[in-house]
Amino acid sequence: MPLIIGVPRETFAGETRVATVPEVVQKLIKQGYAVAVESGAGNLSNISDDEYRAAGAEVVSTADVWAKSDIVFKVRGPNAEEVGLLKQGGTLVSYIWPAQNPELMQQLAAKKATVLAMDSVPRISRAQKMDALSSQANIAGYRAVIEAANAFGRFFTGQITAAGKVPPAKVFVIGAGVAGLAAIGTAANLGAIVRANDTRKEVADQIISMGGEFVPVDYEEDGAGTGGYAKVMSEGYQKAQLEVFAQQAKEVDIIITTALIPGKPAPKLITADMVKSMKAGSVIVDLAAEQGGNCELTVPGEVAVVHGVTIVGYKDLPCRLAKTASTLYATNLFRLSEDLIKTKSVDPAGEGAAAINMNFEDEVVRGTTVINQGEVSWPPPPPKLSAAPAAAPKAAAPAAASHGHGPSTTVSSPARVATMFAVATVLFGLIGYGAPSAFLGHLTVFVLGCFIGYMVVWNVTPALHTPLMSVTNSISSIIVIGALVQVAPPLADGVTRPELLIKVMAAVAIALTAINMFGGFAVTRRMLDMFRKN
Amino acid sequence: MSANLATVSYIGATILFILSLGGLSHPETSRRGNFYGMAGMAIAVLATVFGPRVTPSGYAWIIIALVVGGSIGLYAAKKVKMTEMPELVALMHSFVGLAAALVGFASYVDPALHFEGIEKIIHEVEIYIGILIGVVTFAGSLIAFGKLNGKIGGKPLLLPARHWLNLAMLLLVVWYGREFINAKDISEGMTPLIIMTIISILFGFHMVMAIGGADMPVVVSMLNSYSGWAASATGFMLNNDLLIVTGALVGSSGAILSYIMCKAMNRHFISVIAGGFGAAPAAASGAAAQPEGEVTPLSSAETAELLREAKSVVIVPGYGMAVAQAQHTVNEIVQTLRAKGANVRFAIHPVAGRMPGHMNVLLAEAKVPYDIVLEMDEINEDFPDTDVVMVIGANDIVNPGAEDDPSSPIAGMPVLQVWKAQTSIVMKRSMASGYAGVDNPLFYKENNRMLFGDAKKMLDEVLVALKA
Repeated sequence: MPLIIGVPRETFAGETRVATVPEVVQKLIKQGYAVAVESGAGNLSNISDDEYRAAGAEVVSTADVWAKSDIVFKVRGPNAEEVGLLKQGGTLVSYIWPAQNPELMQQLAAKKATVLAMDSVPRISRAQKMDALSSQANIAGYRAVIEAANAFGRFFTGQITAAGKVPPAKVFVIGAGVAGLAAIGTAANLGAIVRANDTRKEVADQIISMGGEFVPVDYEEDGAGTGGYAKVMSEGYQKAQLEVFAQQAKEVDIIITTALIPGKPAPKLITADMVKSMKAGSVIVDLAAEQGGNCELTVPGEVAVVHGVTIVGYKDLPCRLAKTASTLYATNLFRLSEDLIKTKSVDPAGEGAAAINMNFEDEVVRGTTVINQGEVSWPPPPPKLSAAPAAAPKAAAPAAASHGHGPSTTVSSPARVATMFAVATVLFGLIGYGAPSAFLGHLTVFVLGCFIGYMVVWNVTPALHTPLMSVTNSISSIIVIGALVQVAPPLADGVTRPELLIKVMAAVAIALTAINMFGGFAVTRRMLDMFRKN
Repeated sequence: MSANLATVSYIGATILFILSLGGLSHPETSRRGNFYGMAGMAIAVLATVFGPRVTPSGYAWIIIALVVGGSIGLYAAKKVKMTEMPELVALMHSFVGLAAALVGFASYVDPALHFEGIEKIIHEVEIYIGILIGVVTFAGSLIAFGKLNGKIGGKPLLLPARHWLNLAMLLLVVWYGREFINAKDISEGMTPLIIMTIISILFGFHMVMAIGGADMPVVVSMLNSYSGWAASATGFMLNNDLLIVTGALVGSSGAILSYIMCKAMNRHFISVIAGGFGAAPAAASGAAAQPEGEVTPLSSAETAELLREAKSVVIVPGYGMAVAQAQHTVNEIVQTLRAKGANVRFAIHPVAGRMPGHMNVLLAEAKVPYDIVLEMDEINEDFPDTDVVMVIGANDIVNPGAEDDPSSPIAGMPVLQVWKAQTSIVMKRSMASGYAGVDNPLFYKENNRMLFGDAKKMLDEVLVALKA
């Protein structure tokens, strides 16, 4: 029996998204899952039950979708009633926000459920394809500009027409995360003049690349926290920052704020005075409304008009682009399910995905899983690498670049290891039986030398393989010692040897190795001097 | 200097050599690593020269030999172009091999070392094996040198029944080894020793002749390994622990590099050494799917246009860039694009070029900062988000057939997935296939463009168009 993925209809008020779409249903089935979708689940995203059926899904009732499914895909975290419907020991994938929802966590743990939280996907490069926060933030950023354009009484782009000149709109974006960058790109594409600010210095280039202009705050402090998010800034910085914002408020027509710090209420960046100083007809779109808003006058969930300025405080911007939001979220879930199936035990009968094996060695699976079979496994250990180029390049760049290939970590099968040990034992036994002790001393040195070489060389970074070869090449001219001791050794009395022949051979050998020795070290030096950092 | 003092110095030299290899784990510490190597070598040589095994009557010979060899070496190191590094390294390997063989011969004819019974047999086996490895290294490296600088064609030379030929040579070597050990005196033992030497030379020639140009990274690192084993064998012969350890260090280093290179080509070490790869594309590609579609050529001006529009660019250099000496122009293009705000990076395949790390050295020479030069594993996931990929003189390492065509001769070899980028531009002199002799379906993909011509000339034009 293949595992059944169930997709219930979202019950949260105003939630228009659905956790899977027909294109993704096909991919899931191809991967070996069966898919059951609750009747009407896609209605608000303009997807009919028939489309799901055509893609191969079974359309079922509310009770069935929960009772039949081994894995439940959802957008919002379940409410108390839905937790009750969840199968004992079932698997749930949705937004959870474990820090904010301790009660929900307890209820799910009591159900012995396994829960993967889409809000807890680690922020590492490999997990980007399943990072739902980013995919939805991108939509929110786009929609924020559309909302602003809707409330704004003028063109975004500047035009000179026969009927007169229209100035372009000026847009100021605060916070250049995924949503902020999407907003910058969208506004710039509409023809507006876009400026943006962020406490993290590293994003200045990204702002410029999206067509915006970076507005710096004249204060020395970098705001990059862990995982590519921002951190709380010092008081001095905040003061300098507010001055910049006050200046911008007077100049621009539209402000889009996206400033969020994980697990904290949104910082208040636009004061009532600033709103007052804006031109009548200006628009503020506050993407942080859900966390209280970046603007003091934001009414979360609503549109307010204060001092002639429209302040848009919608909390559900992705839901206002339901189809796209559902498709991207569904794809995120599909990518996650790919990672789960990669680790499943191979099913020889070819009956599809028979069981999900939670591989806690996999950093992504580990980070995303907040409850494993009733045991709370949140918070996970910190991720090993930041997704963003870390703040202090001095400290971070070497760490990222210094790894070599690393010895292969695959563990050989016990049988193979046993055979190798047996062969080694016989071999060493034979040597120990027949060889004189002087030889054994040298053999010890030789074997240990091989091991040291093995350990040391694995650490060499691939970029330096050519210098490694030329250094080892010049080191191998150590053979000169063999030639040196032959030139004029102290001879025991009465021993004669073909003096000239040996001397000439030894001298030629010395000269050859000297070419190697001096040439090798010199050329390595020349090469290494060229390696330089940005 | 007493014998004990010399031994202690040897220990010091050994430690310095280990530190030297350890220092290469990062570019920042690598210069110090090289310095440790020099210091270790200086200590080892001085301790030997002033140690108990060398009498003052030999000083003149030693100094003359060192000065002559040293000046040639320094001159060569100063003059060599970075594109010629593989040749230089191969040539130097041959010197080590030759020196090992000479030391072996000298040790055999030298009655100062005298053994009896089982010790005598062990000593003679050591001499025999030492000379064998030394000569094979010498002969193999000479051919590798010739192939790398183009004096000998890159195509593998395939004699009929070559595996049997190798086996026959091996058996002969073993048989003459028995003769050699049973010999009563030096003059009688000389005959089998010389015959073995000749066979080894033939064997070394034949081994490398049978290997194609694209497999050169494996060959060069394998010969590097052999030169280490030769030093180790000499150490056994002369009862010298320093030689044994150092040889083992170099030997395992080369062996690991060969392993990495083989892995990067998804080939078995034995099959690379047995040779013949790239010789039978006719038979292989009969089964392999013939790519369909048309190639879309592009002019250098259009290339510049594409680059100017791109926000994210990845450059994939290959041996063609080295041949055309185009690395400096590449760097200028990169600087220009970066100044315009584009994110430009390099993707290096482990076997790009003709020796391990070859591309990194060339880019470093052109002053490309090493932190934008990435390995295959680091960058392969980023191609879908890349606007333009420029493939400069590389072919097999960007062949999608390796991934999706199981009948392709290079199936399973990890490759750079350039075709996932929005547009890829392949710079090539013509439509000829790479060293592996495999047709490349990448060229026929819809999002691929071809820029035909000499890499240096075309890139110069692109640069001019970019700056205009």
